[in-house]
Amino acid sequence: MNILILTIVVVLYLFIIAYLGWYGYRKTKTTLDYLVAGRASHPFVMSLSYGATFISTSAIVGFGGAAALYGMGLLWLTFLNIFVGIVIAFIVFGKKTRKMGHNLDAHTFPELLGLRFQSSFIQWFSGLVIFLFMPLYSAAVLIGAARFIETTFAPQVNFNVAIMIYTLIICAYVLAGGLKGVMYTDALQGGIMFVGMAIMLIVTYVKLGGVSIAHQALTNITNLVPAKLVEQGHQGWTRMPQLGSPLWWSLVSTIVMGVGIGVLAQPQLAVRFMTVKSNKELNRALTIGGIFILMMTGVAFVVGALSNVYFVNNPAFGKISLAVAKGNIDSIIPTYINSTFPVWFVYLFMLTLLSAAMSTSSGQFHTLGTAIGRDFFEKGIWEGKKTKYTMLLTKLGIVIGVLVTVIISYNLPGNIIAIATAIFFGLCACTFLPTYIGACFIKEMTKAGAIASMLVGFFGNTFWLLFVHVKESEALGLCKFIFNVPTIAKYPWTVIDPIVIWLPLSFLTAIVVSLFTKKIPKEHIDFCFKHVVKER
Amino acid sequence: MVMTVLGISDPSIWLVYLLCILSALFSLIYGLVNWNKGDEEVYPEDKKWVEDEKKVEETL
Repeated sequence: MNILILTIVVVLYLFIIAYLGWYGYRKTKTTLDYLVAGRASHPFVMSLSYGATFISTSAIVGFGGAAALYGMGLLWLTFLNIFVGIVIAFIVFGKKTRKMGHNLDAHTFPELLGLRFQSSFIQWFSGLVIFLFMPLYSAAVLIGAARFIETTFAPQVNFNVAIMIYTLIICAYVLAGGLKGVMYTDALQGGIMFVGMAIMLIVTYVKLGGVSIAHQALTNITNLVPAKLVEQGHQGWTRMPQLGSPLWWSLVSTIVMGVGIGVLAQPQLAVRFMTVKSNKELNRALTIGGIFILMMTGVAFVVGALSNVYFVNNPAFGKISLAVAKGNIDSIIPTYINSTFPVWFVYLFMLTLLSAAMSTSSGQFHTLGTAIGRDFFEKGIWEGKKTKYTMLLTKLGIVIGVLVTVIISYNLPGNIIAIATAIFFGLCACTFLPTYIGACFIKEMTKAGAIASMLVGFFGNTFWLLFVHVKESEALGLCKFIFNVPTIAKYPWTVIDPIVIWLPLSFLTAIVVSLFTKKIPKEHIDFCFKHVVKER
Repeated sequence: MVMTVLGISDPSIWLVYLLCILSALFSLIYGLVNWNKGDEEVYPEDKKWVEDEKKVEETL
């Protein structure tokens, strides 16, 4: 640890952040002013701000590390991140969600679904699902941040201390008001991350002799793939795992599909569309949105895979990334950055990564709080009555959310960031996606169809994780406790992610039940879709 | 002789490498082509939504 350089970088960084916060605050006092006055913010600023919230330590540290294990096949996730997470999300879902959210005066994702289908059950049930399972995802972001702090400040700081440091930072950040709505700060973080990742890509390719030579070198070390991984279907870092092998199912069904599709039904991202002034902003944000994601996950995954060549060629290591990180893939990207870049750049990059993680974390905790206060208690327990306890419970929900996240983070094993993120994304896809699609596009979908689809998706997914998908069922132990076996199914079912089975079943349930149940009144549908049709 | 693109022989890998770049370019071009499209008037429900959102944020 170099205290002098660290202090200079931190002070400079905080100074710029504070200045931009003040500048942004002065320029746009409230969203209402912004909306009514029609003042347009620069689309690049908006886009970078969205990107900094979308991408967190989970994507770069966790999934970058996964790329060091699985290889460049992880780029299929980048493709879905751009095509589904940006292009389809903005063009297809964003525009509908924004207008419908305003028509219904919905302020959370569960509220949007509940009001659209006239069901308080949908709202409180969704709130409960989010409150119970989102801590898994927030823990993944926290662990990613902690692994970076741990690696940068080793040996003085260990993982447990790193978690405490990040938790204290996030508490201070939330107490200070979360710097909400200050787009310039987010944009600065996005900008630094963009430049940082670009430098990382260029430096990596230059060090390894150029694009094609680097890829070829990665192919050439295929013989170093550990025997255990070869048995599971690994064929080298520039090839997809063997079709139908455990590794192939894990990569394609859990990582690529789970996260790539699950992003559409992310509660904290869907509500962001409502804060946009018009469709023009969404169109403009696309200019840099796709490129930004390419530079984040695309670079992280390419560099993650290529880190194997770097570590093997470097005499100080002489081993593949997995061995350098002592089997914990979550430490690979932090170790790579620390050993490749000058110390000031590592500190700056770490600060940016931590700020991006904070935007994501505070969004998650905000969603957790409203899920329990507004969606579960107010809508479910008090049947829609406004009480003074809603806000108290929302705040309490945030505190509990932070505590549970920290406890989970301490107890989760290594190699967990990508898996924990994928579980949450997959669960959201199975539970919410058919209903969300129905809400936006299928006027014929009924309240019963939506409820049935959510229940099938949620309970099917949970059952699969507890009793079938061996990676989780073995770790959770319930299956062993009841049936005395780690999983009740046989291969290949034990490696197929729940999303492959339960997302289609959840869709099918929505269609079948909607065919035979009472339609939603036309007046309500017209109200939901008011001013939607004529928009581009 | 196996054909390689950018030093990668597996078509599903070099294909997705290119697809990532192409989809990012598509996103860029779509944004530029529709740069001035999608402007719309602000309806009362839009204003009400923003006012309510502000209340939620402030009490939190």
